Amino acid sequence: MSAEAGPTAVGERRWVNRVFGGLAWIVGLVMFFPVFWMVLNSFKTEADANASPKLFFTPTLDEYRTVTESAGGLLSFSEAFTNSIVIVVASTLIVLALAIPAAYALAVRPVLKWRDVLFFFISTKFLPVVAAILPVWILARELGLLNSRLVLIILYTAINLPLAVWMLRSFFAEIPRELIEAAEIDGASLRGQLTSIILPMAAPGIAATALLCVIFAWNEFFYAVQLNPVEGSTMPIWVTTNVSTRGDFLAKLSAASVLACIPVVLAGWIAQKRMIRGLAMGAIK
Amino acid sequence: MTTTVRPRIGRVIPPKAGRDSLLSESWRRRLPLLPALLFMILLTQVPFVMSVYYSLTDWKIVPPGPREYVGLDNYQHLLHDHFFGSAIWVSIQLTVFPVIVSLVLGTAIAVLLDRKFFGRGVVRTMLITPFLLTPVVIGLIWKNQMFHGLYGVINWVIEKLGGTPVEFVSEHPTLSIAITLVWQWTPFMMLIMLAGLQSMPQDVVEAAKVDGAAPFGIFRQLTLGHLRPYMELGVLLGSIYLIQLYDQIAVMTGGGPGSTNVPYYVYQRSIGGGWEFGQASSYSIVVVIASIVIATFALRVLSGLLKGEAAA
Repeated sequence: MSAEAGPTAVGERRWVNRVFGGLAWIVGLVMFFPVFWMVLNSFKTEADANASPKLFFTPTLDEYRTVTESAGGLLSFSEAFTNSIVIVVASTLIVLALAIPAAYALAVRPVLKWRDVLFFFISTKFLPVVAAILPVWILARELGLLNSRLVLIILYTAINLPLAVWMLRSFFAEIPRELIEAAEIDGASLRGQLTSIILPMAAPGIAATALLCVIFAWNEFFYAVQLNPVEGSTMPIWVTTNVSTRGDFLAKLSAASVLACIPVVLAGWIAQKRMIRGLAMGAIK
Repeated sequence: MTTTVRPRIGRVIPPKAGRDSLLSESWRRRLPLLPALLFMILLTQVPFVMSVYYSLTDWKIVPPGPREYVGLDNYQHLLHDHFFGSAIWVSIQLTVFPVIVSLVLGTAIAVLLDRKFFGRGVVRTMLITPFLLTPVVIGLIWKNQMFHGLYGVINWVIEKLGGTPVEFVSEHPTLSIAITLVWQWTPFMMLIMLAGLQSMPQDVVEAAKVDGAAPFGIFRQLTLGHLRPYMELGVLLGSIYLIQLYDQIAVMTGGGPGSTNVPYYVYQRSIGGGWEFGQASSYSIVVVIASIVIATFALRVLSGLLKGEAAA
C-alpha cells in the first residue's frame, strides 16, 4: 500500500516532501480539532466547558457519571447501549450469513448474468430510505413491530447487505482460483470450500466488511427515530434525548457524544486500510 | 497491487457422482445467492411499490381517515407547493455545495498524503475520524462547541481577530449544516482519491519525469486524467448519500428557518406530525426520481471501473 507512494525518490526534492509532510500534519490537526475538543470538553466540569475555550483545567469524570447514571431522557445509557449492541451485532451476523454465500455465487463460481445481479444489489442502495419509510412504518405498525429491536435488525440488514455483497465479492475474486479448483477436485462441498479455503483467505476482508456494517448500523438515526423512538432505541437516539439543552450542558453533551462514538471510531480505525472498498461499493481498492 | 483473477463465466466444472441428481448445475450455482437476493427484493421493491401506490391516494393517518384513490392529484398539488419548492432548493444546496467542496479538499489532502512523511499513519487516522463519527453527534458538537454564539470555538477565534460573533446556526442555518457536511465528507473523498492516486501507473510518471516534465505539468496532464473516474465516483456516491440527508437537520435546526430539505419535509408532513401519508409519499417519489437519475450515471462509472478491474 505504501510502497508506491508518490514521487519520493528524487533527492533534490526532499525539502518539497518536508513541506508537504508538514502541511499534511497541519491539515490533519485542523480536521481532527473538533473531535479533540469534544474529548477534552467531556473531561471538564460544566463551568469549565461553558467558559471561553481553555486548554488547561482539572480533568474530571463527573459528567460521564452524570450522563450514564441519570435517565434524563426516555431511556437510560445501559438500555440504549444494550439495544445498540444487540441490534448491531445481530444485523451484522445476518448480513454475513446472507452475503458470504451470495458473494461466492458472484465471484467464485459465478451464476449467469452475475454482473446484473451485482448491479441489482447496488441499485437498492441508491433507493433513498425516505422512499421506503412510510410503507415500512405502516407495515411495522400492522405487525406490531414499532418500538421493537427486531424491526431495526431487519432494516439494518437491508441497509448493509448490498455493501457487504459488493465488498466480499471483490475480496473473494482475489483468491487464487487454483486453490478453489483443487478443493473442488478433492470433492469439497460448498461448505467445505468456504471453511477450508475461502473464509481463512478472505478473513481480513470479511473482518473489514463486518466492521463497516457495524459502523453504518451503529450510526443509523433516521429509521431508529421514526420506528423506534422509545423503548428499543439506540445510542444515537440516546445522545439526542438524554442531554437536556436547558442550562449548561456542553460537558454532559460531550461525554455522551464520546460514549456514543467510541465503538464506531475504534471499528473504523481498525478497518481503515480496507474500508475504502466498502465505501466505494467495491469498485476500487 | 494485487492481482485479480477474473471470474470465468460458463466454466465447466466436472460433475460429481451422486449429487447432481437433485439439482441442475445452474441451480446449484444459484442457490447460495437466493437468500440474499430474495431478502433485498422483499425489503426494497415491496415498500417502493407501496410508496408509489400511496402517492396516488389521499390518506390521513391521524386522525385515521379512509384511503382514497386520487390519481395524480398529489403530484399536481406539488407543483404549486411553495414549501416543497423551497425544500427542493435546500436539497440541491445541501448536496451540491458539500460534494464539490469536500471533493476539492479531499483531493488536495489525498495529494498531501500520497507521499512518505513522518507520522503518515497517524495523520491519516486523524483525517478519517470525522467520517466515522455518528452523524447526529457531528451535528450536535458542531452546533454547540464550534458554532455556538457564546462558547463556540469559531466565535472565540473571530473575537480574538477583532470581529463580531456570528450566530451561525440561527442566522445561516443551511450554510452551517453544509459546513458540517463538508467536514464529514472530506475524509470520504480523500479515501477515494487516495486509492486513485495509489493506482497510478508509476512507469508513466517516471517516463514523463525523464522527459523533463514539470511536477505540476505531470499532475495536470497525467494525474488528473487518471483520477477522473475516481472523482466521478466520489461525486455520485456523495450525492446519493447527501440527497437523503436527515440527521444533521434534525439535531441542528429541526428544519428551522429555511433549512428543510425534501427528506425532512417528507418527515414533517407524515410521521413528524402532518400524517398526510398520501401527499408525503409523492414528495418521496420525487427524491426517488432524482436518485435514479444520479444512480444511472453512478452505475455507468462503477461498471467502467469494474471492467477496468477485470481487465487488470
